Amino acid sequence: MTRLLQIEFIKLWNNRSSKVLILAYFILLTSIALFASIKFDIGPIKFHLAEQGIFNFPYIWHFNTFITALFKLFLAIVIVSMMSNEYSNKTIKQNLIDGLSKKEFIASKFLTVVAFSLLSTIFVFVVSMILGLAYSDFNELSIIFSDLEFLLAFFVKLLGFFSFCLFLGILVKRSAFALGFLILWMITEQLIYGFLGWKLVSWETASTIKNLLPLESMANLINEPFSRLKAVQSVAAQMGERFEFDYGVHWYEILLVIFWNTFFIYSSYAILKKRDL
Amino acid sequence: MATILSVHDLTKNFGALTAVKNVSFTIEKGNVYGILGPNGSGKSTTLGIVLNVVNKTSGDFKWFDGNTSTHQALKKVGAIIERPNFYPYMTAVQNLKLVCKIKEVSNEKIEEKLKLVGLLERKNSKFRTFSLGMKQRLAIASALLNDPEILILDEPTNGLDPQGIHQIREIIKKIAAKGTTILLASHLLDEVEKVCSHVIILRKGEKLYSGRVDGMLASHGFFELKTADFGKLQVYLEKHASFGDIKVNNEIITAFLKEEMSATQLNSSLFDQGIVLSHLVKRKESLEEQFLTLTKNAQ
Repeated sequence: MTRLLQIEFIKLWNNRSSKVLILAYFILLTSIALFASIKFDIGPIKFHLAEQGIFNFPYIWHFNTFITALFKLFLAIVIVSMMSNEYSNKTIKQNLIDGLSKKEFIASKFLTVVAFSLLSTIFVFVVSMILGLAYSDFNELSIIFSDLEFLLAFFVKLLGFFSFCLFLGILVKRSAFALGFLILWMITEQLIYGFLGWKLVSWETASTIKNLLPLESMANLINEPFSRLKAVQSVAAQMGERFEFDYGVHWYEILLVIFWNTFFIYSSYAILKKRDL
Repeated sequence: MATILSVHDLTKNFGALTAVKNVSFTIEKGNVYGILGPNGSGKSTTLGIVLNVVNKTSGDFKWFDGNTSTHQALKKVGAIIERPNFYPYMTAVQNLKLVCKIKEVSNEKIEEKLKLVGLLERKNSKFRTFSLGMKQRLAIASALLNDPEILILDEPTNGLDPQGIHQIREIIKKIAAKGTTILLASHLLDEVEKVCSHVIILRKGEKLYSGRVDGMLASHGFFELKTADFGKLQVYLEKHASFGDIKVNNEIITAFLKEEMSATQLNSSLFDQGIVLSHLVKRKESLEEQFLTLTKNAQ
């Protein structure tokens, strides 16, 4: 296993653009700490974001995993190109001739994706912990370590998304087209939803079906955290509105994403196995 | 002798086209094999199948004793097919280190192999800065990293300039001299003739011949003769039972043998007849002549 990871590491780390993007991604993950420094001080209006409760345990787990998941696009570029470059350089052919099996080839890519997701999760955990300890109003251990399922959801979400990227890279073979296809697919999921609701079934059923689609199911793992903020809720209450959302992470949502994840990795292997290089 | 590769009834269809049709052959340790055939005769497809990059339609092949999986066996094989494929953004050494990781061998041979192909001074240059000849030589170095049981080269001199072709041939000869088994696919007959002891001839996906180069035609060779008394010689040869075809070209008589006869024998019997030769050469058909005869017969 370490051999397969090392093989992929040599390929990625010697590529300048991959290296820059990977570093940029992890620096961005850390930069979430910068939210702490958002401070307005205009005469009577004093606003310090960190004081608004976004860094309160356990809310911080929800907030940070949601925000940092947005940066995954940087790694998506790296992952799509690490797969499709093997085709454009024809190095996949040479790898197989040199004695890497097709299974090992997919495994080395998948392990890299697992490593990326795991590293991201650890990063978010450490950064959130530091921010929380510095700004949270509650510091009891039981509160700090509650709602940790958001971290699990974050890990599964990244893993699912990156597996999708791997699959696209192997399916389309050209990194630019694969990324284009990714965007096209995002739109397609919404179009499927719109079409189903408009012509075929009720909007409610359409929404259930939409939630089963790969990207949508990944997005549903961690719901938006903003309406949960006290400040937002009090503003809403003043306007006579009340938000009643289910913010939790559900086991069936995780299972669904794991299903897609397995599907994409297995399909990548099936495609590679069937193709003549 | 140990068998390195045996191929049995291998067939590959690309849609309606049959690229390889029931091809069987065996590669024994220590020989230098050539796979000959015009472009599109199925050479690269056959190699692609045994190298795990093309899926076969039917038939099978066995590496070594047949007990190892193909990808494990390939770790003991060195192969380059068509064009050298490396990571363009990595240096020669970085690329070779990656190959060592894949083949699960240590890095210690890298310098030695780079030296063998004459790339030691450029070892820290990126692959994309290399000329085609250098890329091809790097590919050979890479194929040799594990001191392979067999070296497979598919059109190694394709697209190279004369100097590059010469360098590659010298390297191949050096490797062959060390006793490494080599399988060389080429459509260049003189290339195969210069290095190979055995040939496999393919045409339109079918095997026409496999065996020793000199056993390809049941031929005893021919004499090229020249003398002042031209007519007398011609009459003598035509009457002689050992000779078949007699051709005359530019005052040189070419006489094809039907049975074995040495040049000394012929010379002394002609001398007894009072025919004095000014030119006497005994030759075998070149591979090219044999190849053309063979492919013509098959049509």
